[in-house]
Amino acid sequence: MEPLLEATWLQALWFALIAVFFLGYFVLEGFDFGVQITVGALWRRGSGTRGTLLKTIGPVWEGNEVWLITGGALLFAAFPEWYATLFSGFYLALLGLLLVLIVRVCAFKWRDKVDDPRWRTAWDAVHVLGGIAPPLLWGVAFSNIVAGVAIDENRWVTSSLLDLLNPFALLGGAVFVLLFWLHGLLYLALKLEQPLRGRVRRLAGIVVWPTIAAGAAFLLWYQLAYSHAAWTWAPLVLAALALIAVVPLNRTGREGLAFAATTAAIAGAVATLFGGLFPYVLPAVNAPANSLTVANASSTEHTLTVMLIALAVLLPIVLAYTIWTYRVFRHRISDDDSPAPGSQLLESAKQGYRNAFEQR
Amino acid sequence: MDALDLARWQFGITTVYHFIFVPLTIGLSLLVAVMNTRAVFAKDPVRKDAWTRMTKFFGSMLIVNFGIGIATGIVQEFQFGMNWSEYARFVGDVFGAPLALEGLAAFFLESVFLGLWIFGWGKLPEKIHLLTIWAVALGTTLSAYFIIAANSFMQHPVGATLNPETGRAELDPSQGSILAVLSNVTALAAFPHVVSGAWLVAGAFLTGVASWHMVRHHNRARALGLETAEGQEHHLAARDLFRPTVRFGVIAMCISAVVLVVSGDAQAKLMFEQQPMKMASAEAHCDTSTDVPFSILTVGGPDAFSTDCSGVTHLIEVPYVTSILATNDPHAELQGVDDLNAQYKEQFGETATDIHGNEVAVDYRPNLFVTYWSFRLMMGLAAFSGVLALWALWATRGRGENARTTGSRLFQWFAVLAIPMPFLANAAGWVFTEIGRQPWVVHPNPLDPTVRLMTMQGVSNHPGWMVLTSLVAFTLVYGVLAVLWFQMMRKAALKGVPLAQRDPETDELDTPTLSFDY
Repeated sequence: MEPLLEATWLQALWFALIAVFFLGYFVLEGFDFGVQITVGALWRRGSGTRGTLLKTIGPVWEGNEVWLITGGALLFAAFPEWYATLFSGFYLALLGLLLVLIVRVCAFKWRDKVDDPRWRTAWDAVHVLGGIAPPLLWGVAFSNIVAGVAIDENRWVTSSLLDLLNPFALLGGAVFVLLFWLHGLLYLALKLEQPLRGRVRRLAGIVVWPTIAAGAAFLLWYQLAYSHAAWTWAPLVLAALALIAVVPLNRTGREGLAFAATTAAIAGAVATLFGGLFPYVLPAVNAPANSLTVANASSTEHTLTVMLIALAVLLPIVLAYTIWTYRVFRHRISDDDSPAPGSQLLESAKQGYRNAFEQR
Repeated sequence: MDALDLARWQFGITTVYHFIFVPLTIGLSLLVAVMNTRAVFAKDPVRKDAWTRMTKFFGSMLIVNFGIGIATGIVQEFQFGMNWSEYARFVGDVFGAPLALEGLAAFFLESVFLGLWIFGWGKLPEKIHLLTIWAVALGTTLSAYFIIAANSFMQHPVGATLNPETGRAELDPSQGSILAVLSNVTALAAFPHVVSGAWLVAGAFLTGVASWHMVRHHNRARALGLETAEGQEHHLAARDLFRPTVRFGVIAMCISAVVLVVSGDAQAKLMFEQQPMKMASAEAHCDTSTDVPFSILTVGGPDAFSTDCSGVTHLIEVPYVTSILATNDPHAELQGVDDLNAQYKEQFGETATDIHGNEVAVDYRPNLFVTYWSFRLMMGLAAFSGVLALWALWATRGRGENARTTGSRLFQWFAVLAIPMPFLANAAGWVFTEIGRQPWVVHPNPLDPTVRLMTMQGVSNHPGWMVLTSLVAFTLVYGVLAVLWFQMMRKAALKGVPLAQRDPETDELDTPTLSFDY
């Protein structure tokens, strides 16, 4: 039987929302990975510098990781079949990812808890692993999702781990690592004081070239070989232009715009991959009829509606306090403990209360 | 060991491990929030100083503990898809929603605001900073609610019906849909039980750690002499700093005990209705009878570690108690394990189809030994906390100038021993409720048994070596991290608090700021 390709608008919307959550995860946690890779790149500068680099993401990385936890749960709720086939089918790759994510959390939390240089050096090494391995595995996983795997009639993936490590997927993994590293370097340029600020910018000026080359090769390969849509040329070109724009922006010290450019590049890449995957969620390369599609892998319309209402209520709140957090910690890392913009909140709230309830 | 057994072991190990840290995070975030509030609003400089130091002291332990709880939680979420894909297909339409709500409503809240609390000191005004730790406490508690709602659906499915076309459970508007899932009576009973269990863990932790330091400072003060300056500092540390914390922990334990008993009783009554087999095996109650006693000690027959009920001998019993537990009527008739097994075989069949389409004989009895003893461990271990609370209250009796501290080594030793007991009781409770549900992963609702799934029908199609690989990998990594976690918690707990100093000129205390050396 032909796989159902007729998606309802609600299913299509949820497919887009899953893409948005992965985009949030890649944009936010992406620079965390990049900062951790930079810890390895600037290893020789000693554990003090490594600590300063990590301080730039200290307050925010944990909230960033929740984009994955929540995105995974939303995937479960909206597309249970996709979740079940994907997570059981990519078993060993996900096992590796989970183990790295666990020790990575401990590296963040425990690095400074013991005053011993060997202890810190050991956790810094875990940080580097925690920066490189997850993007690599995500790249491999997403390349295989968009390219398709072998699926039998029970919706069980029959591809082995070795099948997943094909050239296209390995290139995808390399692209994710390079792109997040560049993204993290530009984040660091925004968050650090001289002289480190200059160092990371010089490094970004080097890293940007292989990122452009590998990224272009990967997306073109994808668009020509696997994409199910022609319109994804548009985000593909956007991603390419944004990456190329990083070169002059970084040289002239427009750090904010350079970071915005890598953000746009990640968004373009995610839009290209997910856009070209639709209406499939996991194509079967062995027998197209076994493919999982937006239509046949989703929850009921009722569940999708319920979850959409919940998301519409809760996501704006989450975004509001997340943005506020970034405002509170928007200053460059230095020893200056100036009060943040949040301090006016209480005052203005008090003023508003007085205005409303004062006996005139 | 086939893939099913390995996957079950993996779920058991990772869940119990995850739940070492979770109750401490849930309980401690609330207690630290209360201590922080007292620090912010205290008028008396001595109290302000004490609560600020304690907030910092226990806050640093909360941070150590928080991360590993989150990290092991990711495994829990992914595991449903990795090892239990057929379960995920069957219940995803219903079960995914509370998980997603947990992420949206709770995980973002606790993670973002913990970052704000740790790094926001001095960047945020004091009262906004205080609100951040309350947001963390709210987030941790909310996450418990959503995950209990999800688990309660497995114990007692509501709000969903079976779609005969797809063979899946689906949220059903006519059954109340997600609101029924979130207001599941099973969840409403279990949530206070789990949360108060977390308060007990944190209360015992607070009392244990603070008692240890109180005794230490008390004895240092007596050794140096109360008339010396340093001796006086130690005396004040014991009396003004650690004694209030000991008593605060006791209060938390007392509140928790009341909620635990009331909610536990409500849960037991529900369970006799919803999962009679679970309660029957908790009591090793084999044959249906009236006036059921509560068994204190049972020895097994030839198959002591199995599901077989026939060989057990009840040695010590308290008459009528189990009947009262179940229905408040001492003469109530309760069904026994063997009768229930026969009844279920008739109702659900002698065999069931596994994921490969094979017919497998089914035994509807959970492991008797495990359910019986985990149920008793859960209740028995909590008694340690009771003794600790009463002893700590007695040791710190008196008010004002007569407020006592104690130098008893025996009390010091017992206070530390009592810390792990509520952790173990929590673990035993989970082992009881999850093993007691077997062979079901989704236990049929007695009123509408169509939504049901056996554990063997929920497992993924994996070769045994693959599941074994992940089981070994998780166990090894978890083992190493547990050792490190314990060492760091021990270090942080032993570190204590620097002695308060008064400025000789102004006589002001050197109250620290709430910054964390992160």
